[in-house]
Formats: sequence, structure tokens, C-alpha cells
Amino acid sequence: MRHIRTLGALTVALTMFCTACGGEEPAEQTEAPETLKLLAHDSFAGGVDEATFAAFTEETGIAVEVLAGGDAGTLVNQAVLSKDNPIADVLFGIDDTFLSRALEEEVFRTHESKHIDTVPDDLHDPGNRVTPIDYGDVCFNYDKAWFEDSRMVVPGDLDDLVADRYAQLVTVEHPATSSPGLAFMLATIDLFGEDEWLDWWETMRDAGINVVPDWDTAYYADFTRYGGDSPIVMSYASSPPAEVFFAEEPPDEAPTGVIEAGCFRQVEYAGVLTGTSYPKSAGQLVDFMLSQDFQEGIPLTWFVFPANQDAALPPVFVDHTTIPANPTRMSAVVIAENRDRWIDEWISVMES
Amino acid sequence: MSRVRWGWVAVVAVPTLFIGYFFIYPLLRILSLGLSELSVGSSGLEARLLRVGWFTLWQATVSTILTFLFAAPLTWAVSTYEFRGRRLALAMATVPFVLPTVVVGTAFVALGWSESIGAIFAAHVFFNVAVVVRTVSTLWSRIDPKLVEAARVLGASGGQVFRKVTLPLLRPALAAAASIVFLFTFTSFGVVLILGGFRYATLEVEIYRQAVTLFDLPLAASLAVIQLIGVTAALYWYSRYQERTAVSWTLDSGANRRRPKGPARAGVLVAVLGTLGLLAVPLGVLVSRSFSGDFYAALLSDDRVVGNPISAVGNSLAFALVAMVLATFVGVIAATVITARSGGLSRWFDLTLMLPLGTSAVTIGFGFIIALDWPVDLRGSAWLVPIAHALVAVPFVVRSTVPTLRSVSPETREAAAVLGASPFRVWRHVDLPIVSRAALVGAGFAFVISLGEFGATSFVARPSSATIPTMIFRLLSRPGATSFGMAMAMSVVLAALTAGVILAIDRARFGDLGSF
Repeated sequence: MRHIRTLGALTVALTMFCTACGGEEPAEQTEAPETLKLLAHDSFAGGVDEATFAAFTEETGIAVEVLAGGDAGTLVNQAVLSKDNPIADVLFGIDDTFLSRALEEEVFRTHESKHIDTVPDDLHDPGNRVTPIDYGDVCFNYDKAWFEDSRMVVPGDLDDLVADRYAQLVTVEHPATSSPGLAFMLATIDLFGEDEWLDWWETMRDAGINVVPDWDTAYYADFTRYGGDSPIVMSYASSPPAEVFFAEEPPDEAPTGVIEAGCFRQVEYAGVLTGTSYPKSAGQLVDFMLSQDFQEGIPLTWFVFPANQDAALPPVFVDHTTIPANPTRMSAVVIAENRDRWIDEWISVMES
Repeated sequence: MSRVRWGWVAVVAVPTLFIGYFFIYPLLRILSLGLSELSVGSSGLEARLLRVGWFTLWQATVSTILTFLFAAPLTWAVSTYEFRGRRLALAMATVPFVLPTVVVGTAFVALGWSESIGAIFAAHVFFNVAVVVRTVSTLWSRIDPKLVEAARVLGASGGQVFRKVTLPLLRPALAAAASIVFLFTFTSFGVVLILGGFRYATLEVEIYRQAVTLFDLPLAASLAVIQLIGVTAALYWYSRYQERTAVSWTLDSGANRRRPKGPARAGVLVAVLGTLGLLAVPLGVLVSRSFSGDFYAALLSDDRVVGNPISAVGNSLAFALVAMVLATFVGVIAATVITARSGGLSRWFDLTLMLPLGTSAVTIGFGFIIALDWPVDLRGSAWLVPIAHALVAVPFVVRSTVPTLRSVSPETREAAAVLGASPFRVWRHVDLPIVSRAALVGAGFAFVISLGEFGATSFVARPSSATIPTMIFRLLSRPGATSFGMAMAMSVVLAALTAGVILAIDRARFGDLGSF
């Protein structure tokens, strides 16, 4: 009995402690902090060096500490779980597939960036709770050498792929464990409609499409270019310029190409976290990330496109990138309402 | 008398506070948050959970058995014989243990070993051979040869000696290795995802899917509870077994290995080369890919996308050193506490220290996020990385030291105490010399666990400076031939570093504690 009472007292004490720390109204910021913390996904954090935020520090006197928070899904969970006492002041790297969850939990403060007019309207968050920083298209890539050697025609759209001889050449990622996998699943729903998308997947399943858990496995284990069996893999429209940029001897032409059908546009946003003590400085940091200087460094560091349309693209990007004409865009609300059900339906077809 | 008691309290407090604050507290916070929102119901779920739970259990059991069968010849050779290259063979067998799953996954896929339960088993054996070889050989090589000789004199055959003398004496170490391999494969994540081709899911995979991609924290929490129950049951059985079978006998402080003669020479040769040869097949794929271009040269320069590889090596070594010191300190004290008392309390204490090995990384990682902002905000701090590694490494230190400590006969300690030695002096002069060799094995594991970034580190926010494994992940997440080649080269660097560290630790001598 005594133990239970002690436990009870402890719980009460803990609860009181946490109400005390989380219950304050966010006051307006009076002075600037020495350091702002930016929580970002691992792939962004990897590209950060001393020069990345040097101009911001020079301008405002505030240093920026970047925290790597795992993949995009983990990142959002961290923001939600630490809402009352946030780990950071700004979060970067959330996309439409996870946005609704964060907005429902109100982890972001409204902030209208001073550079927002440089961003095309269709990338905006209508409520300005998050600010678009970059975008990229998830698209099928194909191995040019393989198609030349086999004298096969590169498929033009998703209907071409259902033919037996093509389907077994294709590797895609699983929508429940991979962000490009989820993006492509959404693209098929957009293209075929709610009534017919599963038929396409069923045909692909019977014809031998290969499904893997993540992008790394699809690209570096299953792609024919890296010794695998699939000459067509789900990747990004910006993968071909990366193949040129990260080649041992940069070739004149990219060794891989993009199939323009079945592409999905992913937008990555930054937002000021609700619990920050420095909302004004945090907003300045978001503005800096949308400024032309910062935006022009984006393509060759993170291999995505700058959201700011004034930012010039580097030549290797212009020469080797295919920008798909009509990529699927799906609103965060529609995704949030249907995502779990769609994934379940997909699993019931593909894993049966 | 009271001075002694306070000393004992301080000793017990170290592992208790460590496991309490860094494991129990975050675990309770995250589970209570998840379970408070749980709504029971949703038909069909139970059937699926049952299926996932059953698969998790049986694949872990089979993987553990297969790992033992595969590791047996090498363990026998390195425990009973002294031969040239013995330490190198031990170091080589440890290399697979640290390699990132995704790297080994690409090698397995390249070899055509994928999308089957066989591939899952092969990978589990590949990763865990080191656990069996190192844990068991520590004890085996120090069995008093007189026992074996006595049995031979009494007319026992070689096989009988092994069954009636060696095997019973080895039981504590066999059980220790089995419990660790079982927990590792019970919570297997990357191997099952990459090589299983989606027909297979462990509880760990399901927890990740539910928590991270589907945001179903309540369901994830209930899965985590099921996982904890399974792990606790297995550990409880293990600790009862351990207590029942532990035999006290005098351990030799030095190793009793002899040079192989006659047919034994051929046996050792086949055992060592055969095992290493099989382990080398996937490793060979990595090495040959890493040399297919100037990728090592590329590692010497700064890479604008993923950072500086050399500083990543420095960061990894620094984290590993801190994690090793922390885990060895906490682990040896904990092992002393566990063996000083017998009975229920000590058993549960032991069991609790093992739990982090069998708890999903998502659960611990998210627990850190909601719990560790008090009394100081540790979230996002660099210290959290070696602490998370140490949480997984402490069980290794405990498991490699407890069997040895248990085998110290109580009479030896009592004799020292009767002669007037304080408890600390008894520990220093009786326990420590015997345990230090075993602790060193545990320390080695702690170091390589940290090098390989085991545990919850991928789910906690951390400084953006890279370590070797995070750099490999970053390289593998961008397209291009040099990215892939550099990732392979970095993996080979990790492998070489691991082998080097293990060689150095195995050669270490500690002052008057003697050489081992």
C-alpha cells in the first residue's frame, strides 16, 4: 500500500511540474537569443557546414545549431511529442504527407515570410503556418544503357508498364516505410482514380513488380546501374543530375533518364515551433532560408529545387534535369484524411 | 559497519540510477502517453498481432540456434588451441557485428540472397556470430585443464569429456550468449525489412510502422508492451536457468590453450578458415566494390553534401570511447551487485539491465524526447548519443562478467574477509583480477556497439556532426557512382577500425592484474 501512495504522490508531483513548465502563454520576444536551434531531417543536416548559416549569423548576431532528427516521419513525431517544451525553435523538412498531423497538433506558429511572394502560389500553405523552402519530383528513373542494349522501348506511361515484360523490370518502394513509395502510391490514386488504382497495382503484382522497403535498397541494390535486376526504379527527377555531379568522370549525358508519367511533387516546408521563446528570431531564420542566396545553394547540396523562383539554377541541374510537365499535387488535407486507409488497401492487395 | 553499508548503497545506486533515469523513466512516460489514448476494439487486429508476435518468436529462436551451430567450430578452435592468427581470427569474426544493415543488405541482394526467410536467417547468423564466439571462448579457455585430464585418466573419451565436463561448465556462458542473440534477433528491424520482402514483419517492424508512419501511438505502445512481455519472459527463464546451472569452480587466471597437434591441426584449420571464408563472402562484395574507383581518395577530402569523412571517424571514436567507459563502469558494478546477492531481487535487477537490448529503438528514442528535459535538457545534446549506446552495451558487460564472477568460489572471498580484508579489498584482490579479462570482452563489445551506432540513436535529435555510420547512410541516400563507392569504402574503414580495436583490446595488459 505504502508503495502505491508514494507512486501517487510522485505522479502528482510530476504532473504539477509539467503543468508549470508547459502552461505559460507564449510571450512576445523581448531580446534576441545567442543561438537558435533548427531541427531538420538527417539528409538536410548532413549538408550543413560552417558556411551554411554564416550570413545569417553575421546579419543578426545569432548562431544556428542544427539538430539531426532522423527521417521525416520521426521528425514530426519529435515535434509533436515535445510540443510543450520544444527541442528546437524552427523545424525544417516536413512535407505534405506528414503536414496535417503536425498542423492538427498545432506545433507551428503562423509566420508570413517576407520572401513568400517569390514562391509560386501552388506551393503555399494557405494558413502560412509553414513556409515552402524547396520541392522535388518523385519519378521513375530508367537505366539508359540497359534499354539501349536490350533494344526495348522506354515506357511512356503507367499503362505501358502493366505489360508483363515491363512490370518485372520495375522496383518501387513500400508506401508504409518510404516517402517516395508513399508519393508514388498517391500519384497512382490521382491518375487512375479511387475506383481503379488498385486494379493497376493488382496487375503489376501479378506481373512481378518488385517492392522494397526504402530508396537506398531500390537504387543501390535493385537498379541495374548498380548491379541489380531492375532497369526502372522509383527515384527523383533530380537523380540524373546527381549521377553526373557524383560521377568519377562527369559524362556529357546523364546515364539515367526520367519517365515523366506517374510523378509526384513533394514540397518541403519550414515552420516556427509553437513553444519557442524566440518567435521573432525564429521567423527571421525561416526568412533567411527562403532568401535568394540560401536558395541558390539548395540544388547542389540537397538535390531539390529552390522554392524561391528568383534563385538561379546551376548549369548541371539545367542540363540534366527533366521537370515533369504535370506532376501530381495532393493537398495535405486530402492526404491526411485518406492516407492510412489507402496504405491499408494497398497492403491488402500487394501483400496478399 | 555503517561505513561499509553506505559504500554498498553507493555501489547499488550507480547502475540503478543509470537504468532508472535513462531507461525506466522514459519508457514509462512514453508507454503511459500511448496507452492512455488506447481504445480497445478493432477486429482483425488481434489476428494480425498474433501472427506478427508468433513470427517474431520463432524466427528469433531458429536464428539463435543457427547462430550457435555456425559459431561452434570457430569457438572450439579459438578457445582450446593457441595458434598463429588466433587473435586476428577473433577480430575478423567481430567485423560483421558492426556493419550497418543497409550495407550488408546491398551485399546480400547483390549475391542473390534476398526475399526469403533463408536470407533473414543467414543475415542474423552473419551479424551475431561474434556474440557467441567471444562470450563463450572467454570462459572456455579458462577451464582448469586438470578437470579435463582427471576425466581422461578415469577413462572418459574425448566426446564424453566434452559432454560431461566441458559443456556443463560452459552453460552459463552459452546461456548468456543465447540470451543476447535471442534479444537481438527478436528485435530485428533492418534485416527483416530489407531481406524479408514484406511477407515477414517482426514486432519491431510493426512498432516502427505504427508509430512513425501511421502515427498510431496507442497501437505502437501496446505492441511495445507485448514486446516487453515477451522479452521479460525470455529473460526470466534465462536468469532462473543461469542460477540453477552456475557451478563454482576455480578458474585459472590465465588461458589454458595449447598448440594443436596431429588431427587437431587439420580440425582447427578447417574450423577457422571455413567460418571466416563464409563470413568473407558478403564482406568480399563490399571490399571489391569499394576498390572499383578512387573512392578512398575521395574520403580524404571534404564532401560538400555529407561533410568531412575524417572528422566523422574522429566523432565515432570519441563517442565509442565515452560509451565504452560508461558501459564498463556501470556494467562491472552491476555485475558485482548481481552476484553478491542471490534470490528474487538480484534476479529482477539483472533482468531489468538486460531489457534495453530487447526494447524497440523507437520506444526508447521517443521516450527520450518526452522525458529527458528534466532536470537538465539533454535532448539534442551530444551526450545522449554515447548514453544511448551504453544502454545497449551494459548488458554485454554484465553478461560477459557475471558468469566469471559467479564461478569465483565464495570460500575464496570468505577467506580474504576472515583475514581482515575490507569488502573493497576483497573485490580488488579476488574479484577484479578474475573479472577484468571478461570485463575487457564486454568493453570491446561496448566500443564496437557504439561504432556501429546501435540503439535508439536514429530516433533522437542529435548534433548534425556525422559519425561513420551516419555518413554511410547519408552517402547511400544520394544517387551517383561516387556516392555509392564512398559508402562502400567508408564501410570497409569501419570494418578495419573494428578489427583494429578488437585486436588492440585483446592484446591489452593491465598492470599487476597480469596478462591474459
